[in-house]
Amino acid sequence: MTQGIVRDTPYDVAVIGAGVVGCAIARELARYEVSVVVLERSGDVGNGTSKANTAILHTGFDCVPGSLESSLVSRGYHLLGAYAEEAGIALERTGGLLVAWDDEQQAALTSLQEKAEKNGYDATQILSAAQVRDREPNLGEGVRGGLAVPGESIICPWSTVLAYALEAASAGVSFLLNAQVTGVARVEGLHVLATGQGDVRSRWLVNAAGLFSSDVDGLCDHDDFTVTPRRGELVVFDKLARDLITSIILPVPTQRTKGVLIAPTVYGNVLLGPTADDVDDPFATATTEQGITRLFEAARKVVPKLVDEEVTATYAGLRAATQFQDYQIRVHAGEAYVCVGGIRSTGLTASMAIAEYVTGLLGDEGLELTARMLVPETPDMAPLGEQQLRRYLDAAAIGRDPAYGQVVCHCERVTQGEIRDACTGVLGANDLGALRRRTRAMNGRCQGFYCGAEVVALLSELSGRSPAALTGLDS
Amino acid sequence: MTRHNEIDCDVLVVGAGPAGLSAASELRALGVVRVLVLEREAQAGGVPRHCHHTGFGLRDLHRLLSGPSYADELVRRALASGVQILTATTVTSLEKNGQAHATNSSGVHDITSRAVLLASGARERPRSARLVAGDRPPGVFTTGQLQQWVYGKGLPVGTRALVIGAEHVSFSAMMTLRHAHVKPVALVTDLEEHQSVAPFAFAARRFFGVPVWTSTRVVAINGQQRVREVVLEDVRTGAHRVEAVDVVVFSGDWIPDYELARRLGVELDAGTLGPASDDGGRTSVASFYAAGNLLHPVETADVAALRAREVARALVKDLANDSTSSSHDQIAVRVEAPLSWAWPNRFDPLSPVSRVALRAKTFSGSRLLVARQDGREIGRERVGRIVPNRSLSVAGAFLAVADPGRGPVTLSLG
Repeated sequence: MTQGIVRDTPYDVAVIGAGVVGCAIARELARYEVSVVVLERSGDVGNGTSKANTAILHTGFDCVPGSLESSLVSRGYHLLGAYAEEAGIALERTGGLLVAWDDEQQAALTSLQEKAEKNGYDATQILSAAQVRDREPNLGEGVRGGLAVPGESIICPWSTVLAYALEAASAGVSFLLNAQVTGVARVEGLHVLATGQGDVRSRWLVNAAGLFSSDVDGLCDHDDFTVTPRRGELVVFDKLARDLITSIILPVPTQRTKGVLIAPTVYGNVLLGPTADDVDDPFATATTEQGITRLFEAARKVVPKLVDEEVTATYAGLRAATQFQDYQIRVHAGEAYVCVGGIRSTGLTASMAIAEYVTGLLGDEGLELTARMLVPETPDMAPLGEQQLRRYLDAAAIGRDPAYGQVVCHCERVTQGEIRDACTGVLGANDLGALRRRTRAMNGRCQGFYCGAEVVALLSELSGRSPAALTGLDS
Repeated sequence: MTRHNEIDCDVLVVGAGPAGLSAASELRALGVVRVLVLEREAQAGGVPRHCHHTGFGLRDLHRLLSGPSYADELVRRALASGVQILTATTVTSLEKNGQAHATNSSGVHDITSRAVLLASGARERPRSARLVAGDRPPGVFTTGQLQQWVYGKGLPVGTRALVIGAEHVSFSAMMTLRHAHVKPVALVTDLEEHQSVAPFAFAARRFFGVPVWTSTRVVAINGQQRVREVVLEDVRTGAHRVEAVDVVVFSGDWIPDYELARRLGVELDAGTLGPASDDGGRTSVASFYAAGNLLHPVETADVAALRAREVARALVKDLANDSTSSSHDQIAVRVEAPLSWAWPNRFDPLSPVSRVALRAKTFSGSRLLVARQDGREIGRERVGRIVPNRSLSVAGAFLAVADPGRGPVTLSLG
C-alpha cells in the first residue's frame, strides 16, 4: 500500500491535489526516475472539481485562439482519447451539435467555425435547420440552424482520474490521502509541507490544488490569482431518456447568455446543465431550487420530451474559475515551485497535455528526467460504460468468477465482483462516494431503494469501516 | 466467447413478489406445466419481506400475517404447487419474440417461453427524483431502503427523523424508525390532510406523539457529512422554517419499475406509468402480460396478489385458445383531472369489466364518475370519498355500453 506513508527522505516532487490534473502530472512524472508524492486533502482521488463536471472530451474548438488552454486542450484531446481506449475508460465519440435558436445565434455560427479553425480544428460543419432536425428529431420548435462538431465526445471522468492514479501508484508514486497541506516552509533548499499526517519534504512543489490552488499559492507567498468557485448545477435523467438525443446538444455562446447543454453520458443517461453561479464557499456544492428550475426551463425549449422523463440525480460541481480567462501555469524557478491554477472546465480534456507541459517546465528548470527502464503499465479499468461489455453481460467473466454474475445494484447492474474489486488493492474505495465513482453502485434511478443497505453492508465488510462511519454518524 | 445457457419454459414470471408468486401458483393450479419465476434478490417474497408489521394476507390468504411470514407463505405455496423459482437472477432484457435474457452467478441465460408475465413491482421516488434541493449527505432514505437497513442488515440509522409523505407507507416508515430507536419528529405532506386511514394518524399522534405536518413542503436538505437540517415551507404562506434532524425518509410517491417493459416497447399508460393493459394484464405486446404494482402503484400486497391471479387466469385462457391477443384492439380508458389514472387502461367491449380502480390528485367528497365516449355520456357511477394516493374501486358495469367504433372512453368527476 502506498497510502498514508510519510517517509523521512525527501521526494523529488510533491504534487498538492489528487484531482485529474494532479494525478495526470503524477502519472507523467512516474515515467521518469523521479520520486513523487501526491498530497490530497480529501479521502479519495478525483474527489473535488474532477468528480462533478459535464464529462465531455472537448476538441477545443471554442477556446480562445492562441491561448495556452487552446493548445493544451487540442493536444490533451488526442492524448486522452488514445489513453482511454488503451485503459478501457468508457468513451463515446458522439459528436457535438451547436443549435441556433435565433438570428443572433445563427449569425454567430460562422465566426465559431472560424474560431474552431484558428484552434486547429477544421472538421466543423454548418447545418441547415432541416439537417439539424434530421440528426436530432427530438429538438423543440424554432431551430434555425446548427454547427456540427463531430469530434466532441463523452468520457467517464471518474475512471480517468483513477487510471492516472493507479498507473502512477504502480510506478511507485505515493498517495497521501486525508493530508491537507496547512503550511509550506523552505528549509535548506527543500519544501517542508505540513500535513495532518506529518511533514513531507520535497525538492520541487507542484500546486494542483484546484479550488484551493490560490490558498496553496498563498502558503507559498504568492498571490498570482484568486479562485472564485463557480457553481454548476446539473440534472441527470433516467437511462430511458437516452434515445432522445444522439449527440451532445450545445448552446451557441453569445454576449448575453452561455446557455446549458444536454449531453448523453457514457453510463447511458442524459445530462442537463450546467448553471454558472459564482459562490464564496469552496464546499458550496448544494443544488438550489432556482438553479434546477432554470435548467428545466432550458430543457423544455431544447428537448421538450426530456422534462417528462424521471430524474435520476441532481448535483452541483465547482469550477476553479479565476479572474483570468486562460490557464495560470507559472514556474517560480528560484523557489522550485510550479503553480498549475485556473484550470477551468476543460481540465479533464487537457489533463495529459498539462502534465506533459508541467513536466517539461520542471525539466527545463533542472529536474533531472531520466526515463525509467520499465515503463509503467497502463491499468485495465473496470468497464463502466454502456457501450463496453459490462460484467453482468460477460459470460466469460462470470465463468471465471461467479461474483460477476451476482447483481447487487439493480438499476446500474453492478455486480458483487465489481464492488469487491473496487474496494481492494491500491486506492481501493474507502467510502460510499469512492465506491460509486468506481462502480456506479447506487447511482441509478432508485438511489438505493433496493440495494442501499446491501451496498453499505458490503462496503463495511470490505473496507473494515463501520456502517456508522460510512454514513457520517461517527464524525 | 463463452456460450449462453438455454432455458425453456411455458410461462416465465419476472419478479417473485406477492403478484409474481401468486400468479405463478395460479398458473400451476390451472395446469401450466413449466412455470419459471426469476427473482433478482437473493430471497423470493418481494417487498413484504422487509415490512415487519402485521396486516398482510387478509384478503388473499384469509389470515393476518406479518410481512415476512406472508412472503414465506407465498413462496411455500408456489414451491408446493410446482413453480420453479430462481433467485439472485436478474432479467436483463426482453425481446418481442418472447425471448428473455438473464444473468446469475452461473452465467448468462437465454430463456424461451410461450408467455412472459411481468411482475417487477414498484419503487418509491427517491429524493433526487423529487428535485429536493440542497446538499447530498448520507442520512436520506426511502422507506424501502430504511426497512432493509433496519430489519435486513441492522445498520445504524441516526437519531431524529422527518418522514416525507403521509400515506399508508409513511406510517410504516414511522414504525420502522421507532423500532430502530430513531425519533420520528413528524410526517410531512404538502397536501392539506394525510392520505392514510384515520386510525393510523390518530395512533401516531396519540401513542407515539408523532404529528402530521400538513400543507408543508420540503425545500432543501442541508449538511455536508451528514444530514443536519431540513428546510420546510408552509405552502399556504410561503414561510420557511428549519428542522434539525439527521434522518430524512422519503416515503410513498411510487413509480412502477417499468424499465424492462418499456425497453421491450410495451406501451405505458400516461397516468399509471405502468404497462397499459386490460384487466387480464394483456399489454400492447403479444404474449407479454403484467401484474401487480407494476400496473398501477401501489395497492396492498393482498390486492396485488388477488389481481395477479386474475391475470394468470386470462393468460391461461389465451394459451388454451392459442390466441396471441394483445391489448391493441381494445377501447382505451382515459381520465380528466383531478383524476390521475384509472385501471384497466383498456378493455374489450365484448367482455365485461368487473371493477375499475381509480386515483385522484385532490381530496373530494362523494362524487359522480362520468364515462364519455366521443363527447357523449355512456354511463355514470357514484364514488365515495376521494383521497389522493389511495385507490377507489367501482363496479365496471357503467362501461358496458361502450362502442368499439367510437374511440377512447374518458372518465371525469361530475
